[in-house]
Amino acid sequence: MERGGIIKNDISKSPKTGDWAYSKPEVDKDKCIGCETCVQYCPDACIEMQTHNSQLTTDNKKQKKVADIDYDFCKGCGVCAQVCPVKAISMRK
Amino acid sequence: MNKELTKKLSSGHATCQGCGIPAIVRHVLGATDEPVIVANATGCLEVTTTIYPYTAWKVPYVHSVFGNAAATASGIDAAQKALMKSGKIKKKAKVVVFGGDGGTYDIGLQALSGALERGHDFLYVCYDNEGYMNTGGQRSGGTPYGANTETAPAGETSFGKAQQRKDLMEIVNAHHIKYLAQSNVAYVNDLKMKAKKALETPGPSFLLVLQPCTQLWKFPTSEYVAVGKLATETNFWPLYEIEDGKYKINNVQKNPKPIEEFLKVQGRFKHLFADKNKDVIVDIQNKVDDNLSKLVKRAEKS
Repeated sequence: MERGGIIKNDISKSPKTGDWAYSKPEVDKDKCIGCETCVQYCPDACIEMQTHNSQLTTDNKKQKKVADIDYDFCKGCGVCAQVCPVKAISMRK
Repeated sequence: MNKELTKKLSSGHATCQGCGIPAIVRHVLGATDEPVIVANATGCLEVTTTIYPYTAWKVPYVHSVFGNAAATASGIDAAQKALMKSGKIKKKAKVVVFGGDGGTYDIGLQALSGALERGHDFLYVCYDNEGYMNTGGQRSGGTPYGANTETAPAGETSFGKAQQRKDLMEIVNAHHIKYLAQSNVAYVNDLKMKAKKALETPGPSFLLVLQPCTQLWKFPTSEYVAVGKLATETNFWPLYEIEDGKYKINNVQKNPKPIEEFLKVQGRFKHLFADKNKDVIVDIQNKVDDNLSKLVKRAEKS
């Protein structure tokens, strides 16, 4: 705590809410179309787009952006799996 | 952790699994690049983001008591005006207030009314989860007719809350403010567009955002987006905005779904599907149709 009763945000001291999860989302990187729908709806903002080298893309694009999940803060609610238009995210125990 | 989205509200807060409130906060605050000051009424958002001695807020944040979030914002606005006059600051920061439906419909209503009437420059965002969800789901002025709540329980003689919900949009509109809108967390683009407009409006502006509560509307944690979409698709929660007194419906449903679709996915309306309560569903449907036709008439007139 600082002078004047001000508390500052410090992510290193933050509780790791990933402990809450009873199931974890898993991204199928070949299925993911990089639409970022899950990013917008994630309550904990723990999905980021990451470059992924794919062998399976049909349109000769070898690199694409796919969803990457931060399990330190993911509470395992399953919203991302529910909103995914191509069902590329599945919840695993 | 997403760096862009956590610029103003970080991860690590303790909202329930599958709660949409942080998404509302991020998309509203993300609509401006200017510095913001946040005032917060007591409620789910306040207790989950500021667990002592931690904070999830990366912007200046003030919480005082339950009923005076709008009065706190008035104070911040007045202080900024005074600092501008004495030349201590060159530019004002945007003031944004977040309040739940308890802190807005019921307890904070007079503070909100006062601040709107005085014309302070701030945006009030009410995330409406239709009850006092942080303390176990008591009824509020925003709880819809027929819902089973802790203080209006459904049972042998009662079918849940027997009163209609308050029309907060009309109450706020009666203050003749320049911009107010009803939005829904399940429609992110609509919410972002309205937040941007509201933040650019000089003087007071108001957003009422539906926030389906997974715990006390009683549906699985993964479903807040689906339930939110059903609320708009059944016309229970039409998306509209009022700009300078002119109504505009943003999301006209060509083939609205029957209200049962929205009710049946939630545990708080489960009792309505018993034979003796069938007429309550008819009442709800009639009220939804009635509200929509009033809204359509107002939109046509303006």
